[in-house]
Amino acid sequence: MTDPNRRPAISHLTDRRTKASLSRVVRKVEFPLKPAETPDGETPLPPNTGANYETDWARRYASRVTRRLALSTLGRAVIQYYASPTIRGLDRLHDLDGPAIFAANHQSHADTLVMLTSIPAPWRHKAFVGAAADYFFGTRTTAAISALFIGAIPIERTSINRSTIEKAVALLRGGWSMVIYPEGGRSPDGWGQEFRPGAAFLAKQAGVPVVPVHIRGTFDILGKGRNWPKKSKAIVNFGRPLEFAEEDNNRRFTRKLQAAVESLADETATGNWFAARQRAHTEDSPGIQGPDTAAWRRRWALTDNGDNQSRSNRRWPYV
Amino acid sequence: MTARRGLVLDVDRTTPPIVFHHGEGFRFEKLPVGSRVIYPNEPLEPLEDVDSAIRHALANPLGDSPPLDALLTPGMKLTIAFDDISLPLPQMQAPDIRGRIIEQVLDLAAASGVDDVHLIAALALHRRMTEAELRHAVGDRVYDAFAPNGQLYNFDAEDPEGLTHLGETDHGEEVVISKRAVESDLIVYVNINLVSMDGGHKSVATGLSGYAALRHHHNVHTMRHSKSFMDQEKSELHTKNWRQGRLIQEAGVKIFQIETTLNNDTFPSPWDFLQKREWEMTAKDRVMLIGTKKVLDKIPRRSARSIFQGIRAPFGLTSIQAGEVEAVHEVTTANVYKQHLVRVEGQTDILSMGLPYLGPYNVNSIMNPILVACLGLGYFFNFYKGKPLVREGGVVIMSHPTPWEFHPVHHPSYIDFFEEVLADSTNPETIEQKYEKRYAEDEWYRHLYRTSYAYHGVHPFYMWYWCSHALEHVGQVIVVGGDRRAVKRMGFRSATTMRDALEMATDVVGRDPTLTHIHNPPVLMADVV
Repeated sequence: MTDPNRRPAISHLTDRRTKASLSRVVRKVEFPLKPAETPDGETPLPPNTGANYETDWARRYASRVTRRLALSTLGRAVIQYYASPTIRGLDRLHDLDGPAIFAANHQSHADTLVMLTSIPAPWRHKAFVGAAADYFFGTRTTAAISALFIGAIPIERTSINRSTIEKAVALLRGGWSMVIYPEGGRSPDGWGQEFRPGAAFLAKQAGVPVVPVHIRGTFDILGKGRNWPKKSKAIVNFGRPLEFAEEDNNRRFTRKLQAAVESLADETATGNWFAARQRAHTEDSPGIQGPDTAAWRRRWALTDNGDNQSRSNRRWPYV
Repeated sequence: MTARRGLVLDVDRTTPPIVFHHGEGFRFEKLPVGSRVIYPNEPLEPLEDVDSAIRHALANPLGDSPPLDALLTPGMKLTIAFDDISLPLPQMQAPDIRGRIIEQVLDLAAASGVDDVHLIAALALHRRMTEAELRHAVGDRVYDAFAPNGQLYNFDAEDPEGLTHLGETDHGEEVVISKRAVESDLIVYVNINLVSMDGGHKSVATGLSGYAALRHHHNVHTMRHSKSFMDQEKSELHTKNWRQGRLIQEAGVKIFQIETTLNNDTFPSPWDFLQKREWEMTAKDRVMLIGTKKVLDKIPRRSARSIFQGIRAPFGLTSIQAGEVEAVHEVTTANVYKQHLVRVEGQTDILSMGLPYLGPYNVNSIMNPILVACLGLGYFFNFYKGKPLVREGGVVIMSHPTPWEFHPVHHPSYIDFFEEVLADSTNPETIEQKYEKRYAEDEWYRHLYRTSYAYHGVHPFYMWYWCSHALEHVGQVIVVGGDRRAVKRMGFRSATTMRDALEMATDVVGRDPTLTHIHNPPVLMADVV
């Protein structure tokens, strides 16, 4: 009979396991095989991540070809599978010449892929995306992936970073088009948020028109809080390009842009362009921000749309 | 770069074979030395900012009309009528100019609180437009906003409840137009003025009218006294339409006319070689031309037809004007002439023309023999100002396969017209007196016109009347490469080659005739001096 209080013997197996740890091996690697630590008292160089990440390499020929190939094959296939987007209003871009800012509402991570596969050529082939510096450029790996595959440049959400603004303006002036989400981040609950003046500021600085875009149905694909995508039908509606007029200022132009997106949302929701225009002229468009009520009622109101609710075959509730 | 003006080329030994359109194909014809070939003007430079041009036209109308937004008031009845599938030719690349204009008109209406809006495809006795055709013309947004509620529809000229008799002109011409249009506080008519005959009072007086009114000018007498119907100053058709239009205005029907002119940029890539003069074709163009001809000669006509009917022209807008009908039309006509008129000195004994695959009445359809005759002797012959290109008693040579083939849905009355009427007589006057009324009032044709996609029962008669000025003027009509039986049925002569046709023509015009060929399309109009 075995004594339960007896301590286990140190076996040769246990002994070997402690010796052969991978982390121990990595720890043993030294400079120059791994970066040297900054000595105490010295100021470390600013990291090449976040808003400081340099993305010029992602607009060189090889990167552009890679991005174009990736988007036109894998990107398109993924979006077709999950979102199968219906694209409307491209005729409104008929007279658009040169670079533009495509400003869309933002519901989901799928938005960027939807936009990059929906924007017509030639703008699609020379487009960059204003992406949150803290989120997409947080590490070198995510930054490189974002820059290469969606042509992202870092944009500060919480503060004004002169260099990122200058970079965006220089690219717009250099003939590149930009995809931007004036709400500043994804919708927390499926409804839209107040537009911020970033797109207006860039349009004024670069002297390019802004194309209002409304995306519907992507919140269910990969909205905030969702880790795995789900199929949902998307509709992308392009509006008539807006020029920054002399009498405009950033705030007024932003209001115009938001009104244009709201009118597009109304048009998509009702399928009646004329009625949407009537409401837009009387400033009665339903808006994208939803009712100002409790969270559950906002969510409830969102489900009234019905068109993005996938019907599950499951008969029993999840426990 | 400024567009080059048209050209009258004197054929000499170095002149290459000329490309003749030949239905859904081409022929290369070496013309005799001393012949003339008339080439159209190059496409005029289009307006760069179309939306601004539309906005400007609506806000700055011509004549005594106030701006459109001043005419729109809450609670009013607004009717927007627009040209049907017969314009432009070929159909233009999306977005269609009609849709772009209608959107701006509707946007103003929306801003003014106008709710009661109807959109009507003004097709008179033409076939109804399909959903796809309407969507192309007005755009998806407008279609989806109005069609599901029954506010966007094809005009029905045989709806007894849908027409209003407004009276008679001082020449006894009845005026009957759409009831909805009469009851509206404002009609906005959106035109595409592809040729000089289009637009003006013809828009409402013809487009929104029916047989009772159209028979007063769509007849042999009018067509024979319209020399030509493309030249408004000498067109009886135009005069009668104007009388009807003025009566409509006097009856208190308010019309805001919008007219547009397009350049003649007709063929998109890879068909753009058809826009070029033969000696200016590059090696690539020539390879395309030869290759296309070889392919088209080999494939079934049905396939060739679907290829050609798929062509969408990259027309550019050259002008837009809006306001009072006559003031607008005067400016429009000048702009149409700017694109189309080519000065030609003197008439010719023989006029040759290569007829393409498309006329106004076979869009997405088949060009039957009657439509071939109408395109050649109706339209191409009448593309003149001053005097006809061919002298009186001269010969017209048309190149077209002229198949004995009809679209059974679109052209049912054409089939009977060809089998019954033309078998009896080809004389337009005899046909008019003996058969027109019966076909016009036939219940079956009326039913097909109203419920299917058929041209009205009387429409083939009008096509034949369209030819009546030419048939009276010329001594002989020869069709090169046509179906012999079909050509014979229409009273024309058949020739296998151009050389044969010229030989046959000498029987009529003598041994040493002059020959002029019109290199059309792109459209040109000869200003014969």
